[in-house]
Amino acid sequence: MNDRAVAVVRAGALTTVQDLGRTGFAHLGVPRSGALDPAAARLVNRLVGNEEAAAVLETTVTGCALRPRTAVTVAVGGAPCPVRADGRPLPWGTAVRVPAGALLEVGPAVRGLRSYVAIGGGIAVDPVLGSRSTDLLSGLGPAPLADGAVLPLGAATAVRGSVDAPPWPGPPDELVLRVRLGPRDDWFTGRSLRTLTTRAYLVSPASNRIGLRLDGPALERARPGELPSEGMVLGAVQVPPDGRPVVFLADHPTTGGYPVVAVVREADLAAAAQAVPGTPVRFVTAP
Amino acid sequence: MGEHALLVELADGTAAEAFHAELLRRRATGALPGVREVVPAARTVLLDGEAEPAALAAELPGWEPRPGHARVGEVVEVPVRYDGPDLAEVADRWEVSPAEAARIHSSAEFRVAFCGFAPGFGYLTGLGARYEVPRRATPRTAVPAGAVALAGPYTGVYPRSSPGGWQLIGTTDLVLWDTGREPAALLSPGTRVRFVPSDGPTGTGAGR
Repeated sequence: MNDRAVAVVRAGALTTVQDLGRTGFAHLGVPRSGALDPAAARLVNRLVGNEEAAAVLETTVTGCALRPRTAVTVAVGGAPCPVRADGRPLPWGTAVRVPAGALLEVGPAVRGLRSYVAIGGGIAVDPVLGSRSTDLLSGLGPAPLADGAVLPLGAATAVRGSVDAPPWPGPPDELVLRVRLGPRDDWFTGRSLRTLTTRAYLVSPASNRIGLRLDGPALERARPGELPSEGMVLGAVQVPPDGRPVVFLADHPTTGGYPVVAVVREADLAAAAQAVPGTPVRFVTAP
Repeated sequence: MGEHALLVELADGTAAEAFHAELLRRRATGALPGVREVVPAARTVLLDGEAEPAALAAELPGWEPRPGHARVGEVVEVPVRYDGPDLAEVADRWEVSPAEAARIHSSAEFRVAFCGFAPGFGYLTGLGARYEVPRRATPRTAVPAGAVALAGPYTGVYPRSSPGGWQLIGTTDLVLWDTGREPAALLSPGTRVRFVPSDGPTGTGAGR
């Protein structure tokens, strides 16, 4: 067979198709979605000669295995992991050629959580509202990968020249998230705000593409009552009734009724998406 | 709100709708070029993707939104069978019969104040304050797609099956959200809506 497609041999714990997301529809309740570590997704695309916004695969912890039906150029980035073709080791973080019919194994993440697999031509599933991203909150876009699924590939373009690839920063031993307080910091006691910005939290295993959940000291409200639903942004630190902050990631709901105590800088969210459960987290205020 | 968003809080829902309309008017003329998302909600409007939110915030007090709504397009008619499991309870709260509750609901003109919760789910206002109802004490684990429901001042129609705590008063077969259709959402902020009583199968989704 020589068609431009790739068969999923092992889907892994959770592997989804992601591009740079679905913007412009938040007013209809459509989450932005997109790669949680967009810098990694852009880089692997550049390595294989794709547009940065081409759709790639985002794995979670356990990697995945694929069998391309045609010879393809592949780059694996994000969380470092072993990469093999028919059992033969291949380098991570650079463009490699995989022959038609070979078994491409993207192994479990050695550090971090999410590896990104770009294939020359990009994953060419039908876009939904302008994006090929799987949105796990509202079920838009392609379903998460399943064993035996076949994904179409777009037309590959030749890799031109070398790619200026900054070294991958690596998942942090301690996640430091720079925040701007508000808009609803006045819903919390002064002591809670000090708690947020001085005490350590831990990444909870309940984290997912919707939010980074945290274990640690609960934040105390300064006022009772309910907040009418309001618009939410990427990086919003929302505080549900149990007082444990949740940092909104790409699949976050577009509106919400729990107060947002602060917002994390977008540049810090890729590290948040790569932080394994148990990683210490500190919030620091930054202008 | 963060580095490149602005959350504008208005006095009430009516002011939020007028401010939203003003934003859309300005955006249509090419103002606010960086703004990716304009998300109205109960009494706020979020602008996301604005490079200089502080500068925009400083400009806002000079704006004088005209009273009114975002859109005065066609009225979307939603055929409803008033057969919801909570209709009797809602009627009790309103101190009327279930038939009268259906008549009250289908006589009002609604407007989509904002969307959220799920793609295509609109929060519709239009019933008087005396018809507000609380959410159910225990949410249902599965509310069927097409359920017409009330909570607080809002009416909503579940675009797909999901958990939910709203009071279910009826059912429609109208497909509110279909990404294969242009536009995907029948209801977007500002859309006017009427609920039309129907006995049999309703709307385009009948028989599915």
